[in-house]
Amino acid sequence: MQIYLPIAEVSVNAFLLLGLGGLVGVLSGMFGVGGGFLMTPLLFMIGIPPAVAVATEANQIVASSFSGVLAHLRRRTVDLRMGVVLLIGGLVGAALGVQVFAILRDAGQVDLLVRLCYVIFLGVIGGLMFIESLGAIRRSRATGPVQRTQRRQRGWIHALPLKMKFRTSGLYISVIPPLFVGLFVGILAAIMGVGGGFIMVPAMIYLLGMPTKVVVGTSLFQIIFVTGFATLLHATTNYTVDMMLAVLLLVGGVIGAQVGARLGTRLKAEQLRILLALMVLVVCGKLALDLLLQPAELYSVDVDGHG
Amino acid sequence: MIRAALLLLALALPAQAEDIVADLSQDRISISTSFSGSEILVYGAIRREAPIPENSDLAVIVTVAGPREDVTVRRKERRFGIWVNTDAAEVRRAPSFYAVASSAPLDRALSRDADLRYGITTPRALGGPGLGRMIGGDFEFLEALIRVNTATGVYGEAEQAVEIRGQTLFSTTIELPSNLTEGNYDTRIFLTRDGDVIDSFYTSIFVQKVGLERWIYTLAHEWPLIYGILSLAIAIVAGWGASALFRWIRV
Repeated sequence: MQIYLPIAEVSVNAFLLLGLGGLVGVLSGMFGVGGGFLMTPLLFMIGIPPAVAVATEANQIVASSFSGVLAHLRRRTVDLRMGVVLLIGGLVGAALGVQVFAILRDAGQVDLLVRLCYVIFLGVIGGLMFIESLGAIRRSRATGPVQRTQRRQRGWIHALPLKMKFRTSGLYISVIPPLFVGLFVGILAAIMGVGGGFIMVPAMIYLLGMPTKVVVGTSLFQIIFVTGFATLLHATTNYTVDMMLAVLLLVGGVIGAQVGARLGTRLKAEQLRILLALMVLVVCGKLALDLLLQPAELYSVDVDGHG
Repeated sequence: MIRAALLLLALALPAQAEDIVADLSQDRISISTSFSGSEILVYGAIRREAPIPENSDLAVIVTVAGPREDVTVRRKERRFGIWVNTDAAEVRRAPSFYAVASSAPLDRALSRDADLRYGITTPRALGGPGLGRMIGGDFEFLEALIRVNTATGVYGEAEQAVEIRGQTLFSTTIELPSNLTEGNYDTRIFLTRDGDVIDSFYTSIFVQKVGLERWIYTLAHEWPLIYGILSLAIAIVAGWGASALFRWIRV
């Protein structure tokens, strides 16, 4: 069934969108990621204009992270105070990101920037995750489960001023690092149309030293607001949020996420991580090839406005 | 009475020996949610007061041009090992859609002068005087625009797509793609003899979003803040709904 998208101004198959939403939803439920990093490139591939894909995907992430954060709130695994600090950085970042997006769109470089961001971040994170989980599988085969020694890092991060108590996380650290982590992820959320969970989660564990059990809930909590803010900014400055597209992706996505969460419990954590790493690397490889190989058509056409 | 009828007849008589009477199967297209392209039938007849001229070639050319918009054509070049956009040229008032159908190959059906004057072939329709204008850059960018748009089915020339029966009746169909923009689609029909335009007929097809499509588009552009908040509300409700539904199923 073909459906005409009012903002993207293209006609696409409704079942294809529901299917894509469902597929990415299953993956995000299985791996605990937002799935924006997969959905946005997929939307490019089916012919949705990049600006509309990025803005609409931000709107869809609001739904999937809201669904997720409700579960975490019930389990009390959300550090609200840390969430608010990250959020302040995130909102500033999102505002900056939307401005950068608009400037680059006029210069014709937005496509390049978004692709470069994807290649770099997906490459680094996919690669690290792949090596880490391969190591974990090898260790568990060799000696069975290994007790890991808890080691608290006391580096430069703990020497910064403006310290604050984060009771849920059991931390007493400066607010500067979380503010910067939030800012950085906010910029990425606006430019890449992703929640930034795949960067936020490792940053919270390794940089801020937060306990793993509160990381996902806290990350989801602040992602709701940052992507929500990015949606509003895209809607008011670029008019690129497509409600019809968002609804189709949402329906597939929220159902898929619940199915994925059940499938995920049947696989081992290392196997899950290695699958996710491979998937991230495949998307990264595809985008990198597009940049490196000579395109079949060297010219592209942008519509500036109705004259 | 007879004098009045004669006068009417004289007024109705055309200045030329041959002229066009034509119509479209529809002059209004509604883009609804299920819109997936449309087909317009253009048909008509050649009216004559004199016998059919001999030893000269008759041809009918139909053009449909979508709303005009300013576009930027960008060229990619290899920089630091990757392909990036470098040079760009702006094309003013390029039609968002352009289709040409003719009853004979265009180089026979149309003389150079007539093409220059009326802007009928795609490059002329883009670059012809008073119709389109290149700002900076060279003809390469104009060719690229036509090539890219032809590949996506937005521009097209179909020679011998107009059928002429008994030197009098003609018809053709124009395919409108699913990614139409709103506005007036100017339709022109030219009657040529030996490449010279002897009569033309202009009309418009009005394309408009309707229903839900119209509502969403208007809301997004007229009240962007409310539209943004509404989009967020839908997302929040959907997120909460899925969570509540699956908790209820589990119980």
